[in-house]
Amino acid sequence: MIYDITIDGKNHRLELNRMEGLWSCRLDGREVEVDAVLARPDVLSLRIGNLAYEVKRELVAGEMHLWVGSERFAAEVRDPRSMRGRVRVVDDHGPKKLTAPMPGKIVRVLVSQGDQVEAGGGVLVMEAMKMQNEIKSPKKGTIQKILVSAGDAVNAGDVLAIVE
Amino acid sequence: MFKKILIANRGEIAVRVIRACHEMGIAAVAVYSDVDRASLHVRKADEAYPIGAAAASESYLNIQKILDVAARSRADAIHPGYGFLSENARFARACADAGVKFIGPTAAAMEAMGSKTKARQAMERAGVPLVPGTSRGLESFEQAQEVAARIGYPVMLKAAAGGGGKGMRLVHAPEDLRSALEGARSEAERSFGDGEVYIEKAIINPRHIEMQVLADEHGNTIYLGERECSLQRRHQKVVEEAPSPIVDADMRRRMGEVAVRVAQTAGYTNAGTVEFLVDEKKNFYFLEMNTRLQVEHPVTELVTGFDLVHLQIRIATGERLPFTQEQVMIRGHAIECRIYAEDPDNNYFPSPGKITLLLAPSGPGIRRDSGMYEGWTVPMDYDPLLAKLIGYGTDRQQAISRLTRALNEYFVGGIKTNISLFRRILNDPDFCAAKIDTGFLDRLLKKKQAEAAADPRAIEVAAIAAGIFAVLGSAAAGVGEGGVANSSADSEPHASNWKAAARKEAMR
Repeated sequence: MIYDITIDGKNHRLELNRMEGLWSCRLDGREVEVDAVLARPDVLSLRIGNLAYEVKRELVAGEMHLWVGSERFAAEVRDPRSMRGRVRVVDDHGPKKLTAPMPGKIVRVLVSQGDQVEAGGGVLVMEAMKMQNEIKSPKKGTIQKILVSAGDAVNAGDVLAIVE
Repeated sequence: MFKKILIANRGEIAVRVIRACHEMGIAAVAVYSDVDRASLHVRKADEAYPIGAAAASESYLNIQKILDVAARSRADAIHPGYGFLSENARFARACADAGVKFIGPTAAAMEAMGSKTKARQAMERAGVPLVPGTSRGLESFEQAQEVAARIGYPVMLKAAAGGGGKGMRLVHAPEDLRSALEGARSEAERSFGDGEVYIEKAIINPRHIEMQVLADEHGNTIYLGERECSLQRRHQKVVEEAPSPIVDADMRRRMGEVAVRVAQTAGYTNAGTVEFLVDEKKNFYFLEMNTRLQVEHPVTELVTGFDLVHLQIRIATGERLPFTQEQVMIRGHAIECRIYAEDPDNNYFPSPGKITLLLAPSGPGIRRDSGMYEGWTVPMDYDPLLAKLIGYGTDRQQAISRLTRALNEYFVGGIKTNISLFRRILNDPDFCAAKIDTGFLDRLLKKKQAEAAADPRAIEVAAIAAGIFAVLGSAAAGVGEGGVANSSADSEPHASNWKAAARKEAMR
């Protein structure tokens, strides 16, 4: 198997084969001696040479993170032979949606339609788990639309406002 | 002894009290709101009763519903935990009226300590050291001006009914006094329905040290040593330890004796905590009394060897304190980390959600009081405290190293937690040198974290692991997305032959 793997934004090519329980592995063209045991779901015990690692996997909202010790890496795996899973391009142009990071209640709306906001400027205040926090604009621009008002209950992922 | 105790709480503290009940051969009754049916305290209890909607006012704060369950389940006593109804004098009184024992102080003792100005007046009479200021609510701006000038700026305005930093204003100069007074008054009015505000000299970056007391119902009161609680964020404690690195035996005795005097003045019974502010010269001033079991009680349990919940229950049954002040010994050092569901990379925003993977630490000197489990969804409706991790060692340094080791073993997947913050704190040279005060955490968080370049070897490991997980397919998936708990090969007819073969290999 050949995979294109992105770790924290950097691409790597990994060739993995296993024969009779043993893995053979080439990372970016370099031979690596690997021994792997699935300790439990989402937890791999790896030996690379004689160095031992425990790797934990997290899958949330379609995104994968891998933890090596207490270091966390964003990971994407693509099979170069398939058309699926092409790298998404991050686009800072055009309207941006502000979404609720978690379920909660809108406490205050800090801006009005047509207002100018800076990147990182406060747009509204949300409350969840007894804590209030500001939802900030992802970019500099104009508030095109505000879709909620104070007192509204919102779910994670709900669009709260649009910045153009 | 009680046969059955109702626990009017949820989360880790409800589990903590249920465990004590079972250790003492007492049946435990849980109550739960609509979003807590799957919570750990319900799983651990002997009986469990629904008490209404998620909003605390409909469930955990609803006195009538809780007393109804106490009657239905024939509970002899109610343990309130901390938060919710634990410091509600009306609830304590309603329990007494309903003939069920409230495990805590009497309503009268709570009321004596509930108002900060009333508590100050009582303590002044008892000769307890207080921060210079007024012990009555301010009547006018002119009076505030006059007192502030007399005690000297900076001053602190505080709501008499306050708590958690609400209705509090720090004033550095006379020209800011008027707007601060108005702000504190209106915030106090809004938050507590009581606009009474008093004034104190502000002690800049004090230490926050508290003394645990225990009083039986026969007039015996003792102290169990102090806890250092200076590490706070937004007036919420984050790390606590016992003993305090700056308190020696003589200071402990003096503080303890004052704390006992405070408790006796209020006619206090059961477990309570007297909070002090300590300035740079180690002068200590009475701040307030918390009339409940504290979140951080485990550090005291570890260094004294006493179980505070057992003792609370025994005191509530009318037993005498089973030991004297002279028998209380402080041995070793304990530090507690409060594990919250919050995102350190996003200004500590709460992060509820499903726990997809939970690896819990254990081993020498580690205690974990937890309310979570793998597969559980953390509700958004309550305080985000998930668990407390406590490290114990023969001295502070060993407690720190054990806790650091345990934090590295701790993994909570699927939601964000503040575990990484504790690694930072425990690794900080000032923390290790015990140079801490209430401003410590804000200063630490302002420091730009040195962006350590990721270890290239760790990147290599991550890349290889990503590929191996991909080969193993759904067999390697846990309870999170893309995985089903307890999935087996037979239950997935759509899996490809390649995946099935890989899985067989993996499971060998």
